[in-house]
Amino acid sequence: MRITQGTFSFLPDLTDEQISAQIEYCLEQGWAVSIEHTDDPHPRNTYWDMFGQPMFDLRDAAGVMSEVASARATFPDAYIKVNAFDATRGFETVRLSFIVNRPAHEPGFALIREEAAGRAIRYTIRSYAVERPEGERYP
Amino acid sequence: MDAKQRYTAGVLKYAEMGYWNADYEPKETDILALFRITPQDGVDPQEAAAAVAGESSTATWTVVWTDRLTAADVYRAKAYRVEPVPGNEDQFFAYIAYDIDLFEPGSIANLTASIIGNVFGFKPLKALRLEDMRFPVAYVKTFDGPPTGIVVERERLDKFGRPLLGATTKPKLGLSGRNYGRVVYEALKGGLDFTKDDENINSQPFMHWRDRFLFVMEAVNRASAASGEVKGHYLNVTGATMEDIYERAEFAKELGSVVVMIDLVIGYSAIQSISKWARRNDVILHLHRAGASTYTRQKNHGISFRVIAKWMRLAGVDHIHAGTVVGKLEGDPNTVQGFYNILREPLNPIDLERGLHFEQDWAGMRKVMPVASGGIHAGQMHQLLHYLGEDVVLQFGGGTIGHPDGIQAGATANRVALEAMILARNEGRDIWNEGPAILADAARGCSPLKAALDTWGEVTFDYASTDTADVVPTPTPA
Repeated sequence: MRITQGTFSFLPDLTDEQISAQIEYCLEQGWAVSIEHTDDPHPRNTYWDMFGQPMFDLRDAAGVMSEVASARATFPDAYIKVNAFDATRGFETVRLSFIVNRPAHEPGFALIREEAAGRAIRYTIRSYAVERPEGERYP
Repeated sequence: MDAKQRYTAGVLKYAEMGYWNADYEPKETDILALFRITPQDGVDPQEAAAAVAGESSTATWTVVWTDRLTAADVYRAKAYRVEPVPGNEDQFFAYIAYDIDLFEPGSIANLTASIIGNVFGFKPLKALRLEDMRFPVAYVKTFDGPPTGIVVERERLDKFGRPLLGATTKPKLGLSGRNYGRVVYEALKGGLDFTKDDENINSQPFMHWRDRFLFVMEAVNRASAASGEVKGHYLNVTGATMEDIYERAEFAKELGSVVVMIDLVIGYSAIQSISKWARRNDVILHLHRAGASTYTRQKNHGISFRVIAKWMRLAGVDHIHAGTVVGKLEGDPNTVQGFYNILREPLNPIDLERGLHFEQDWAGMRKVMPVASGGIHAGQMHQLLHYLGEDVVLQFGGGTIGHPDGIQAGATANRVALEAMILARNEGRDIWNEGPAILADAARGCSPLKAALDTWGEVTFDYASTDTADVVPTPTPA
């Protein structure tokens, strides 16, 4: 399966040129770009690991792209995303977030059902990958 | 007129009773209303405006001495400005100021009982429309506002940088719970973020509400596992009584639904009640504006939807249907953008072209996500993004479920069209002019999108708008 989190996951994987254009857009808006990675892509895993601090003072797309390259080299089999953070009053949140690296094989998720009273079901989503320890999930 | 004369028993003109004051300077704490009045032939517009001020505040048809037991000058609403409506000789804009102490804090029911309570049936007027209102910060702060708001909704759903996508389950009526859940599963798995109950899906013989909720949540969770995304379905909890509404909402929450839905017809107090419930339970609250067009659409009589939008931001909903511009339902571009600005901006400056006659400071109140629904399809993606921006739910019901290759394909077509358009916009391309080419390019790698464009690409709903701002010439949608 293909995990479709992030703004552009229904499109073919973005080329570096396309990624760079998106970063350029974010920087023009005055947003701070950051990079995060994980090997636990559960839809409610909010806190992916930060690959360094948000780059508040880096205003150059080429500089961000070299960080993306470095993240890919360090975690080639991980999910890596680029986030853009807007500190404007009324937002103070992420404005764009898209995946720039994913494992070659994505095993997907099991839906665990616990039958409860009155036909209700308690649902749990579990990634097949997390059955192995962190760091060993996408060999 | 001295006080003795003023309070002599008998009938005085409303203007003479103090409801007209051309010199009045509205206070920062006043609630302001703009009415469009159509006086009966021979009725002076200032007197008509004074009558509206009177009947929506303290007045009755005759002098009453008991006014003298109150600080009547404060409690009287004051009509302070009347001007002709451009292009409509028999109509006038009347500005009226109300003291904040005329209103119960945090109560839309009380506010509306005054402002639209009696006055719309008043005989000296042929017609009356509430065009706009201004709420002072002191009054805004007495409301909780949206329980979730755009920012928190996006953070909970982990979806940024693009409009959200939805679809209303069709046919509106008649599906069993099991078949209904099938539509939900297909649409969410295909790429939509939300599916939706329609306004009149409650608990009918063909599908009781519990059955719907159970099958729908199976579909939502299956689609979430299949995509790795948070998904939701607006479970309509509208019911005959508040007890029914709470029961349905509680069940939706127990099943893990991220969102519930209500219809505008449940009434303002019921909306405020379920809003407080949603806030306590971390559930997004979707409002379908069922019934609104009965009083919002005609310009001479009723209430502008911009006022309903303001009331609903105060009352506290997270989503509200606010027009598409390009779809099958009423929507002049500027007027609709006015609604969207009311829902989404921290402060609305005066913007006559968009029908905003007052500055409105929302004082940090959370933002409402507008919903565009009704006769829209993937081929309009560039127009939708151009007119409506990014913080909106685009709902393609027929445009998903009616896809020739099935519901999943319909959903995928919409999602691919959307992501391709956002990508292109961010790259600096002129989506207004290049939109069709961008979609055609994206369709080369996506056969569902190609089929959608082939089926609906040329469908438009090009009719004259009935609800336009009468201030400057109004452009028609392209």
